[in-house]
Amino acid sequence: MHDKTLTELAAALTAGEFTSRELTEHLLARIERLDGELNSFITVTPEAALAAADAADAARARGEAGPLTGLPVAIKDLFCTQGVLTTAGSKMLANFVSPYDATVVERLKAAGTVSLGKVNLDEFAMGSSNENSAFGAVKNPWDATAVPGGSSGGSAAAVAAGLAPAAMGTDTGGSIRQPAAFCGITGLKPTYGRVSRWGIIAYASSLDQAGPMARSASDCALLLNAIAGHDPKDSTSVARGVPDYTEELGAPLTGLKIGLPVEYFGDGLDPEVETAVREAVRVYESLGATVREVSLPHTHYAIPAYYVIAPAEASSNLSRYDGVRFGHRCQAPSDLIDLYKRSRAEGFGEEVKRRILIGTHTLSEGFFDAYYKKAQQVRRLIRQDFLDAFEEVDVLMGPASPTPAFDLGAKKDPVSMYLQDIYTIAVNLAGIPGISVPAGFVKGRPVGLQILGTHFAEARLLNVAHRFQQATDWHLRRPELAEETT
Amino acid sequence: MQWETVIGLEVHVQLATKSKIFSGASTAFGAEPNSQACAVDLGLPGVLPVLNEQAVAMAVQFGLAIHAEIPEVSIFDRKNYFYPDLPKGYQTSQMYHPIVGAGEVEITLEDGSSKRIRVHHAHLEEDAGKSLHEDFHGMTGIDLNRAGTPLLEIVSEPDMRSAKEAAAYLKAIHSIVTYLGISDGNMAEGSMRCDVNVSVRPVGQAEFGTRAEIKNVNSFRFVERAIEFEVERQIELLEDGGKVVQETRLYDPERDETRSMRTKEEANDYRYFPCPDLLPVVLDQAYVDHLREALPELPDEKRARFQAELGLSAYDAGVLSATREMAEYFEEVKDVCGDAKSAANWVMGELAGALNREGLPITDSPVSARQLGELIGRVLDDTINGKAAKQVFQALWNGQGQSADEVIETKGLKQVTDSGAIEAMIDQVIAESPAQVAQYRDAEPDKRGKMIGYFVGQVMKASRGTANPQQVNALLKEKLDALC
Repeated sequence: MHDKTLTELAAALTAGEFTSRELTEHLLARIERLDGELNSFITVTPEAALAAADAADAARARGEAGPLTGLPVAIKDLFCTQGVLTTAGSKMLANFVSPYDATVVERLKAAGTVSLGKVNLDEFAMGSSNENSAFGAVKNPWDATAVPGGSSGGSAAAVAAGLAPAAMGTDTGGSIRQPAAFCGITGLKPTYGRVSRWGIIAYASSLDQAGPMARSASDCALLLNAIAGHDPKDSTSVARGVPDYTEELGAPLTGLKIGLPVEYFGDGLDPEVETAVREAVRVYESLGATVREVSLPHTHYAIPAYYVIAPAEASSNLSRYDGVRFGHRCQAPSDLIDLYKRSRAEGFGEEVKRRILIGTHTLSEGFFDAYYKKAQQVRRLIRQDFLDAFEEVDVLMGPASPTPAFDLGAKKDPVSMYLQDIYTIAVNLAGIPGISVPAGFVKGRPVGLQILGTHFAEARLLNVAHRFQQATDWHLRRPELAEETT
Repeated sequence: MQWETVIGLEVHVQLATKSKIFSGASTAFGAEPNSQACAVDLGLPGVLPVLNEQAVAMAVQFGLAIHAEIPEVSIFDRKNYFYPDLPKGYQTSQMYHPIVGAGEVEITLEDGSSKRIRVHHAHLEEDAGKSLHEDFHGMTGIDLNRAGTPLLEIVSEPDMRSAKEAAAYLKAIHSIVTYLGISDGNMAEGSMRCDVNVSVRPVGQAEFGTRAEIKNVNSFRFVERAIEFEVERQIELLEDGGKVVQETRLYDPERDETRSMRTKEEANDYRYFPCPDLLPVVLDQAYVDHLREALPELPDEKRARFQAELGLSAYDAGVLSATREMAEYFEEVKDVCGDAKSAANWVMGELAGALNREGLPITDSPVSARQLGELIGRVLDDTINGKAAKQVFQALWNGQGQSADEVIETKGLKQVTDSGAIEAMIDQVIAESPAQVAQYRDAEPDKRGKMIGYFVGQVMKASRGTANPQQVNALLKEKLDALC
């Protein structure tokens, strides 16, 4: 039962093939057996999971089951969960038990889902390989020598390995789409403002967005139905109606206009990844879509702009971790400055420190205009690139990442790691939605096709992804790691 | 050398919203430490601010009251610095696009003259918590109840030229915010504090001298004293050939001096940038117009009306309109007794004197405006004379009676106007004072006027103060002159 989609699991629960408790016990046992090697979970919550499963079974017995009732999920450890350790993958918060639930968590609970626990990530969501976690690296279920991607690496690995049918991720510069691609699952980053950020530990507030990671586009639609919508607790969440994202899934793609950004097929793109992506585009042509090249001329500036804006916001967002009220505090501080310096030096990892330093520098007097202001101007141009493109085409397609999953420890130089996000980062700067769907393999490692739409076009993206998954079986492939232990 | 003082004030006004500027926690003063700090105020991981609409309305009302521009868009910025009572490691404020633009405040000086002080802008921000350095065995305690309390920071231009002007400006701001009801203006509880920028320059010099900023002065008196000390310090320094350094100083009221806190070189780089968790505040014209229409009568308007319609002097009108409470009290007294001048004399005289003696604010006056109004009414309708009125006032002040009429009745203070009764008393006094009568008779006629005082006093005494003094005077003169 661990390789089924949410849709299939819901049908099985309805048909009485098994209960939510049986499903939950099965997955907890798999986590117990397999995750020592994978390291996708930071905290497993068996008791709470079984209690939620029992409650879901009872609700089903009363005839009160919704589409997600009794379905297990894993939660990226960046979402605050009441009474449960919430670490952000950092030593800084290794002792932090949140007194409240993130809105996403609250909504998933209200929808009757069963949380299995909290999954691994790059510290404070800063990274593209999940190697920046204070709780250890996560392995790619397809190849234990490869990274799962990041920052939502634990989420992607847990779903790919059959430890959870779905997971919640967050995406600031590609952190849902790139690990989804690396692990061969489907991951959706919604429009900025579509899903509440309340209770998500902030990395870069103007870019952070939560989204579903699952085995199919239709599963992502189900989950987005549950989590999307205005939240009065998040001023940046948009007060705009939420459609039923499952409704348009099957709509035909005849006449769909696909744009291929020339900048996404240039230098640095692995030729085999390109082949897989072009093959996927041909599938769309066979489904009635037309394809043309478009240009996003400022793509080149996305990574530099991102690495000014995101660290600037991060440097401020992470100031609250000062050892005063919660989180890591150094032993026997001699005075206030010592308390600050050592608590932060000990609590934060290398990459987090690097970004705090960059952000502090770019915001400082004399540099603000040259860096932060300029980057915001670039950001507007990048956004305009997309808006112009969507005047011409309905969706944009390209690779989610220039390469398949790279080896653990392969990228020692931070800049080479940053360049991994070349196709995903501009999307966050523009605030538009994007989805990554499995589209083939290169040397046994999955390749992701990224599909982008204009603001609030999630229903269209899910429809386009779903039709591809009806025509292909890439998303149905399961790694051996998961197979061999069933 | 002759020196000129240049002063600018940054006044922090705590807005009287029920909840905090970015959270739902209460803002009430004096609660148990940390009992009014929610997850947002504590800066827990994952929390987000939501702007309190009431704070916006209050800021706009202030802007309208000082005839300021109200920009359509204002933006919250983060001011980044580390301090234990600053939970997020940044203060959310408005650096570049404040909610209130340039305006002006009119101040009235003691000599009755007035002056306009320009306000550069006013912006919204959140207050920090409090560090408590005592009672923690060498450690520091943090109380975050105040963290997130809405503040309006009102920044003046350097338009003031003396400590008195600065104090008058602060009083004018106090009066505006309390009139608007957007702050309780309670300086002792920290509802109004100010940072004072002071510099001196030789008279006639156009450019400003180097300024010092005196932080967190929290009373009208301290503002004056801090400035006086600081001006003296700077002049002495300059006259001895020294230089004023740009720095932040603290005023110590116990020693009555200012001390250096940090110099410009040590100043923080606050790394301001727009807060990505809050949307720009966009005010449409209809919203601003609606607030404008709902503005109460403001101190300036009230002062002008007191002069023009009630015929009060500029000074009286200024005193009586200085605070909303004072003005409301005065207006009720005036309405009850029907005579503005008598009401003004009583409120500024007898009542103000009694309040001052006991150190009471007018809101705690034991004599209500209605009681005082009725009392004055009894003087105006000749039920009692002025002397008796003071007795009635004292009795009401001491709680001996519910109304002036009751006190007049129980103490038998009703004025005697029956001329027969008065004549009888006069006759008795004349009969008992042969020596004085003889003196009166022997005096030159033009000296007799003064001598009559003795007889008046005796008659009043005999009547226990209740005889009508004018009648006594007239009848005495008649009878004494008849003896001459």
